[in-house]
Amino acid sequence: MLKTRDDLIQLRSACMEAAAAETQKILICAGTGCIAGGSLELYARLQELMAERGIACSVKLDNTPHQHVGLKKSGCHGFCEMGVLVRIEPQGWLYTKVKLEDCEEIIDKTILKGEHIPRLAYTKDDIIFQKQDEIPFYNRQTRLVLDHCGHIDATSIREYLAVGGYTALEKALFEMDGEEVVREISDSNLRGRGGGGFPAGRKWGQVRRQAETTRYVVCNGDEGDPGAFMDRSIMEGDPHRMLEGMMIAAYACDAQEGYIYVRAEYPMAVERLRMAIAQAEELGLLGENILGSGFSFKLHINRGAGAFVCGEGSALTASIEGKRGMPRVKPPRTVEQGLFGKPTILNNVETFANVPLIVNKGADWFKSIGPDNSPGTKAFALTGNIENTGLIEVPMGTTLREIIFGVGGGMRGGTNFKAVQIGGPSGGCLTAEHLDLPLDFDSLKKAGAMIGSGGLVVMDDSTCMVEVARFFMNFTQNESCGKCVPCREGTRRMLEILERIVSGEGQEGDIDLLLELADTISNTALCGLGKTAAFPVVSTSKSVRDEYEAHIRDKRCPAGSCQKLKRYVIEAPLCKGCSKCARSCPVGAITGKIKEPFVISDACIKCGACVETCPFGAIKEA
Amino acid sequence: MSQSYDSRLVDDIIDGHGAAPTAVIAILQEVQEHYRYLPPEVFPQLSRRVGVSEASVYSVATFYENFSLEPKGKYVIKICDGTACHVRKSIPILERLRSDLGLSEKKSTTSDLLFTVETVSCLGACGLAPVVTVNDKVYPAMTPDKTSALLSQLKEDEANA
Repeated sequence: MLKTRDDLIQLRSACMEAAAAETQKILICAGTGCIAGGSLELYARLQELMAERGIACSVKLDNTPHQHVGLKKSGCHGFCEMGVLVRIEPQGWLYTKVKLEDCEEIIDKTILKGEHIPRLAYTKDDIIFQKQDEIPFYNRQTRLVLDHCGHIDATSIREYLAVGGYTALEKALFEMDGEEVVREISDSNLRGRGGGGFPAGRKWGQVRRQAETTRYVVCNGDEGDPGAFMDRSIMEGDPHRMLEGMMIAAYACDAQEGYIYVRAEYPMAVERLRMAIAQAEELGLLGENILGSGFSFKLHINRGAGAFVCGEGSALTASIEGKRGMPRVKPPRTVEQGLFGKPTILNNVETFANVPLIVNKGADWFKSIGPDNSPGTKAFALTGNIENTGLIEVPMGTTLREIIFGVGGGMRGGTNFKAVQIGGPSGGCLTAEHLDLPLDFDSLKKAGAMIGSGGLVVMDDSTCMVEVARFFMNFTQNESCGKCVPCREGTRRMLEILERIVSGEGQEGDIDLLLELADTISNTALCGLGKTAAFPVVSTSKSVRDEYEAHIRDKRCPAGSCQKLKRYVIEAPLCKGCSKCARSCPVGAITGKIKEPFVISDACIKCGACVETCPFGAIKEA
Repeated sequence: MSQSYDSRLVDDIIDGHGAAPTAVIAILQEVQEHYRYLPPEVFPQLSRRVGVSEASVYSVATFYENFSLEPKGKYVIKICDGTACHVRKSIPILERLRSDLGLSEKKSTTSDLLFTVETVSCLGACGLAPVVTVNDKVYPAMTPDKTSALLSQLKEDEANA
């Protein structure tokens, strides 16, 4: 139990010493992706092999440093495409796609002889990349918040201390008062990473100024946007960084208790956070009179129960209170009356994870990264039809082109870039004309999209944008809590229209009707979910209006993806073999003998001419 | 499910979380972890213990997608239909599973209470799309054929158990 600042400093240097004494380290990615690829089996096998070969191996940092090989389960490295990932230190090598049968070679060659195994290294265009930092996917990134992810044991507070963990908390507690912390965060212009981009410092300042003295800090870990997993990786890969951020927020605003709300779909994040909280409590970094500073803070974890709307502030606090997670009318805002009706700081995982960096290095340092109006970095989850799927972190203001074709390695299989969906169901679609748009809060807003939490789903020209809009509308419609009419009814009507468009039953005027509904919903819905529900439709109807028109007027899906618009067949029992269709076909795709059923070949261009000419209604869409 | 309702066990769960209205969700989660659904008996008991109306407890249970008032299968198979999985063709996997098990959108659990098939909007494992989970174990980069094979394996395990 640490009682004073000196106790913490001493423990930290002991941890640093122990970490430095490890002659070599094997870091096995234990993020959800790599675990699914078998990384835990790999870990067990490596441990077993080292025992067999009599190699001194430690799986935990302890107080007395010894010359051991450290075997660690790290957080997500982000390069999920290449999992299972194994990092070797001190060389900084990264082995990719490691299989159980590779373990022996890793021990015998790399650990015992210090030899590199080229076949396990990342290879691109015949270049073998030994070091992790040399791989284009990594060296084009600026990993600050994700710095530790993949480099330390995510399940150990000692490892976090060994890389300078909790120095920011220490600095805040003993060298700054609450007001100064708030000022530092305000000066840094850190904007909420959860989507809205509201300045965190302003929020904190407002909570600090409330007359009510019972206050809460709440972390929104309800990362529900499909295609986003930044927060998950931080919670799983570097949980202490986020806790430290929350503690600093609590200190800055004199809050006594904090809650972390994590989605139920992230069981491992819950487990790692529980572990991290228990470790911090054990050391006395959470609890009463922390390090003798007089500051006390307790943290709780709440698991979500599967409601996307709980990512909205007032719905989230209602859910923590044990109620239905339905948003309420604002004002009063969360900073005034949040959790249990008390002033509440509510930020998301990534925002809190930025806090220790800012406190340690200062607002000026933070502002030197990225553009003035949105400084710092942003983590993005890169998925879809892209070469390097995974988790990345780049300075705010990086262009889409750099992210997709630089870090992301371009399109998967060399297909053509069509669009990228940013910000999940509340975001928008950006097309080729936006490739040089800097990604920051304000530029995206101007382009009719939003950064959201940071999901980037890249789509090639085989993806139908109308179908994508339908998919998101279906999602939002499902997740609408039903409290306000515009969202509950409006999204349902929009979904119906989109469904009929993709099934080829769109009518003239549907686009205008969609836009009219969109306008009404955006202006009248109660919460962010409803207000932004129509964004994907609005943005796609602008950028690819011709695709909508093709669906509606020509009953054709230009991407060739909409099932219902895909194929025409002649139903044999109805066909009288009159050959009218064959004569109407512009490409000669219909053949057959007179008075026998005709058939449509693959040459069909789906123009629909035959359907119109058939007097018996025998030609149907399959 | 033949398992009978044990009010003492539920009492223990309530005590573990503290009988407060704020704990309703956590209590229901743990009850569901035990029974794999929320047995009807839980509502009056929880209402009495926690001091909120039965209707309120019920309203919470019906609001959140994770709660089920119907018994679920021993193996809950979830197909991720988040954007990334959707773009990489998760729906054919769902269709294959449903046809293999004789299930539909309406009927999500097999009559022998062995399998439940449902979709989930995103598991956050987008790098591995499309993803299927069986009782929270993640299976990456699935295809309809791989899913059928997985299903046969589960059935075999069950027969040998």
